[in-house]
Amino acid sequence: MSIIQLTINGHPKTIEAPPMKRLLDVLREDLHLTGAKEGCGEGECGACAVLINGDLVNSCLVPILQAEGAEITTIEGLVIGEKLHPIQQCFLEEGGAQCGICTPGMILATHHLLDKYPQPTLLQIQEGLNGNLCRCTGYMRIFNAVQQAALTGVAE
Amino acid sequence: MRSNITQYELIAPNSLDAVLQILADSPDHYTPIAGGTELMVALGAGRLQTKKLVSLWNLEELRFIEVTPDAIILGAGTTFTDIRRHRVIANEFSILAQAASWTGSIANQNRGTLGGNIVNASPAADSPPALLAYDAELTLISTRGARTLPYRDFHLAYKETALEPDELLHSITISRNYKRYKTYIRKVGTRNAQAISKVAIAVLARVNKGRIEDIRIGAASVREYPARLTATERSLTGKTITPESIAAARATILTEVRPIDDIRSTAKYRATVVANLLEEFLNTL
Repeated sequence: MSIIQLTINGHPKTIEAPPMKRLLDVLREDLHLTGAKEGCGEGECGACAVLINGDLVNSCLVPILQAEGAEITTIEGLVIGEKLHPIQQCFLEEGGAQCGICTPGMILATHHLLDKYPQPTLLQIQEGLNGNLCRCTGYMRIFNAVQQAALTGVAE
Repeated sequence: MRSNITQYELIAPNSLDAVLQILADSPDHYTPIAGGTELMVALGAGRLQTKKLVSLWNLEELRFIEVTPDAIILGAGTTFTDIRRHRVIANEFSILAQAASWTGSIANQNRGTLGGNIVNASPAADSPPALLAYDAELTLISTRGARTLPYRDFHLAYKETALEPDELLHSITISRNYKRYKTYIRKVGTRNAQAISKVAIAVLARVNKGRIEDIRIGAASVREYPARLTATERSLTGKTITPESIAAARATILTEVRPIDDIRSTAKYRATVVANLLEEFLNTL
C-alpha cells in the first residue's frame, strides 16, 4: 500500500491505496465521488475524464501513485456552492445531456477546451471533444451547449 | 477479467539516476511506465503481465524540448501536447506536429509520451513514420553510459527493439536542415478521429530542377514494425517525376511492404493504399 497526498476539488486528501490502483477507482470507491464514470476502461470514451493540474486526463489510465501531489478537479468540483457551473447550465439548457453517462467527461473536456480557446471554432470543439463518446445526443446539442458556454464567457 | 490490483508494485523514484540504478540492480527487471496510455489499458483488461513497474511520469530529466542551432532534442517524456504546443516544431517539423495531433484524443495527448510511443513498438504507432522520415536519432541511457543509434535501426522484429533491459530511451534528436524538403504525411484509418491506422506514411523529399535528390519514406502498419522503405527510396533517387518513374516506385513499394490481414484491414487494401499515398505525394512534386 502507498500513502498518497493530493488535492481533490480544492480539499487536501490523504489516501492509502495500492500504487497501481486507478485514479478512477480511488475517486469512486475511496472518495465516493461517482461523477467520473467507467465507460470503456481503456482511454477511448472519456467518461472518466477529470482535470489533473488543469489538464484533461482519463482517470482510468492513471495509477494513483502518479497523482501524488496533484490537484484534481472532478465534475463535483465545478459547482459553485449550490449553483451549477455555467458550462453545466448551458448543457442543461441546450439539451446537451440525455442519459448522463458521458456528461461529466463532456463538461470537463469543454472546460479544458474553453481554457485554451475561449471562442472555439466548430472544428476546435469537435477536436476538443473527440475523446468523449456520446451514444444518445448525436453530438449536435452538445456542440450547441459548448458554443453557448463560449458565448456566456465561462473562462472564469 | 479485471486485474487484482494488490499484486502490482509501482515505485516512483524522484530522479532519473535512481530509475537507472533500479533497472541496473534488479535481476527481475522493472517495466517503465510513463503516461500509462498503453500499460494501464492492459492493466484494466487484466492482461498486464509485468508485476513490477517503475514510474517515469513527471521526471524533469525526461520531459524537455531543447532547441540548438542544428537540432531539436525531445526528451522521451515529452507528451504529444508538449509537441503540439512547441513553436519550433510547428514551424520546422510540421509532419511531427501533424502526427502528434492525431495521436489519440486530447486527454491521451496530455499523458502519452513520444518515448512511450517509440518503445511500445506498435507497428501502427502514429509518430514513427514522421520520425523515420526526419531520420531521427535516439539516445539510450543506462548506468553503463549513453549510446546513440539511428531510429531506423531501433526496431528489430515485431515488438522487439534494440533497447537492453537496463536501458531507457532518453531522448530523440532531429536535425534542423529540412527547410528545402517537401513533406507529406497521411494516415488512413476507419475514421478521422481516434482510429488506429490501417496505413500511414510520412515522406520528405528534396527536389532540384525536377529531379529527386533525396527522399525518405517512413511507414506504419505495412510491416511488423514502423520502417523506412529504403528500396522504394532508392528507386526514386535521382529520378524525375514521370508516369514511368511513378509506376516503377509503385511496383517497388509493393515488393517492400509486408502487410497483414487483421481486425483493422486486409493486406490487399493496405498494399494498394500505401502505393496510392506515395503516388499522391509524388504527383505534388
